[in-house]
Amino acid sequence: MLEITGLAAAIDGKDILRGIDLKLPQGEVHAIMGPNGSGKSTLSYVLAGRDGYEVTAGSARLDGADLLAMTPDARAAAGLFLAFQYPVELPGVGNANFLRTALNAQRRARGESELDAVQFLKLARAATKQLAMPDDMLKRNVNVGFSGGEKKRNEVLQMALLRPRLAILDETDSGLDIDALKIVAEGVNALRGPAFSALVITHYQRLLDYIVPDRVHVLVGGRIVRSGGPELALALEADGYAAIAAEAA
Amino acid sequence: MSAALAETAHSFLARYEGLREHLPGDGAARQAAAAAFAAIGLPGPRDEAWKYTSLRPLAEIAFHAPLAALADPHAPSALMPALDMPRLVLVDGRMQPDLSVLPDGVRVSGFAAAPEFGALPGAGRDAMAALNTMLAEDGARIEIPEGVDAGVLAVISLASEAAHHPVDFHPRHAIRLGAGARLTLLELARGHGVYLHNPLTELHVGAGATLVAVRLLEESHRSFHLSGTYAEIADGGSYELFLLHLGAGLARSEIDVTLAGRGARFDLRAAQAIGEARHGDITTVVRHAAPHCASRQSVRTVLDGRARGVFQGRIEVARGAQKTDGYQMSQALLLSPDAEMDTKPQLEIYADDVKCSHGATIGELDADQLFYLQSRGVPQAQARGMLVHAFLAETVAALPHAGARELAEAAIEAWLGARSA
Ligand SMILES: Nc1ncnc2c1ncn2[C@@H]1O[C@H](COP(=O)(O)OP(=O)(O)O)[C@@H](O)[C@H]1O
Ligand SMILES: [Mg+2]
Repeated sequence: MLEITGLAAAIDGKDILRGIDLKLPQGEVHAIMGPNGSGKSTLSYVLAGRDGYEVTAGSARLDGADLLAMTPDARAAAGLFLAFQYPVELPGVGNANFLRTALNAQRRARGESELDAVQFLKLARAATKQLAMPDDMLKRNVNVGFSGGEKKRNEVLQMALLRPRLAILDETDSGLDIDALKIVAEGVNALRGPAFSALVITHYQRLLDYIVPDRVHVLVGGRIVRSGGPELALALEADGYAAIAAEAA
Repeated sequence: MSAALAETAHSFLARYEGLREHLPGDGAARQAAAAAFAAIGLPGPRDEAWKYTSLRPLAEIAFHAPLAALADPHAPSALMPALDMPRLVLVDGRMQPDLSVLPDGVRVSGFAAAPEFGALPGAGRDAMAALNTMLAEDGARIEIPEGVDAGVLAVISLASEAAHHPVDFHPRHAIRLGAGARLTLLELARGHGVYLHNPLTELHVGAGATLVAVRLLEESHRSFHLSGTYAEIADGGSYELFLLHLGAGLARSEIDVTLAGRGARFDLRAAQAIGEARHGDITTVVRHAAPHCASRQSVRTVLDGRARGVFQGRIEVARGAQKTDGYQMSQALLLSPDAEMDTKPQLEIYADDVKCSHGATIGELDADQLFYLQSRGVPQAQARGMLVHAFLAETVAALPHAGARELAEAAIEAWLGARSA
């Protein structure tokens, strides 16, 4: 399980996260909602280990291990996966090669045997099929020339192959039409089970119709100002963040 | 020219004086080249074209002529690539018929057997070309008759280290494609030890003919590779060059292309990967002498350690060369704070209806790309390697010949492997 305690972080001396407490038990899916600029992406980057953030207080533990002390690749091998809000293009790196390298690097770090090209392709084809993605997506360079929706689906494909214990989806639903949204939701739901948990960051209640969360947290100004059941998302949709933030203040 | 370089130049001239009676071909052409070389000497820092590349390290080495006959012509076989294609093999600048496999439909001979100097545009001005003309003994001469598709042919230049002392060789190559002919040429240079490889290639691409050349430099890290390529492309002809600088202590490839006929084209895709204290220089001159010609040049350079990279590209557009389309781009990736890249674009345009542009970038590995890979579980060193590989591999991804592409990719892998080892 993921346990975040009093987490505060700054960028260039500017405080962005101001003390976040969050417990995500194993097997559960929580949603984080909040207005633009409230610190949702910052939280996901700090958890994944991107450079440039100064953690000024607090801790984050995954299954008891100190996440913040690990390199980003060690966090991934420990089971953390971040679906980027803005997936990065890698010209000259083929998608299949990228996926296999990532999968094998994680397996190596965990002391498991690596997959050969044939074993990998079988897995990858099954995953693309399940996500209704064309096979040629594996042959193209990572995210290069992909539409916004294709990039998001490619994030879900990576998640499906890497099978994390904890997935953080940072606005994976934004810019998707309803069909793509359903595919993304199916990708998450397929992994749901006692050994998987997810933090679904979203702006809209819409995604939560398809990925029904166990709890919803509202992030405003770098703090969680409210937590509740799935009904909180509906209240947000009706009343807006301003009302919730005013109520919490 | 420094005193040390003057001494080196003098020793080349003395060699010529000793050999002149025995050298093949037009003695007057050689004599003129020797006179030119004696006058200009080896280029020094005051020579504008050599501002970023110093030949000083040449002066520290006492070069000798290679052995006339190799005791064992199979000696450098460890360097020989496994290639399933016709090939011409040169060892220490001399053709090796026993190691060569001649192609069909192509007229091939050695320079020694049919010595002819072409009419080069730059030979009188360029010191290395003059040195080549003065001392050339052998080389490959390849002729593709009109309309013939000659498939693929490899020209492999090996340096043997058989003499156990530093040697210099100056092969003279000539390649001529008749109208409508096609050839894919794989040019490989490999070697052991300390040597100077100073090849000069004269290229004629006939009307509507296509030459695709893949040039892989994997010379010894203690060697000097100073090459000149002088090409003339007739109307509708096309010269597509993939150039990879992956070896040599000091490498300079000078590419001089004249687009002589309407609609001629030149495409250069080059990559340099240089580490330690080595030096790589790609210098091009593209002359648009006729209308409706296009040239595209893209040079990618990866520098590690204290390496230094150079790209100088000049595009000249003659008065009548309307509708010229010229483009040139240099991208450098610096993996170390001590590496240095020098880029010098030059446009000289004397026509008014043209499209010419150039650009240059110098940067480090992209932090977002690195983090993306690491966030997927790829350790940092491996992620860096992947991004460097991607940067270089894009150059050869467009290679139309699968065998050549594999060879180029293997050469890049080997460079990366040696770097991380
Ligand atoms: N690299 C950065 N440098 C400076 N400020 C940043 C940087 N990244 C984000 N911020 C600021 O941090 C705050 C939170 O941003 P972010 O975490 O992206 O919000 P959200 O994902 O909730 O929209 C915003 O005020 C944003 O401007
Ligand atoms: Mg965000």
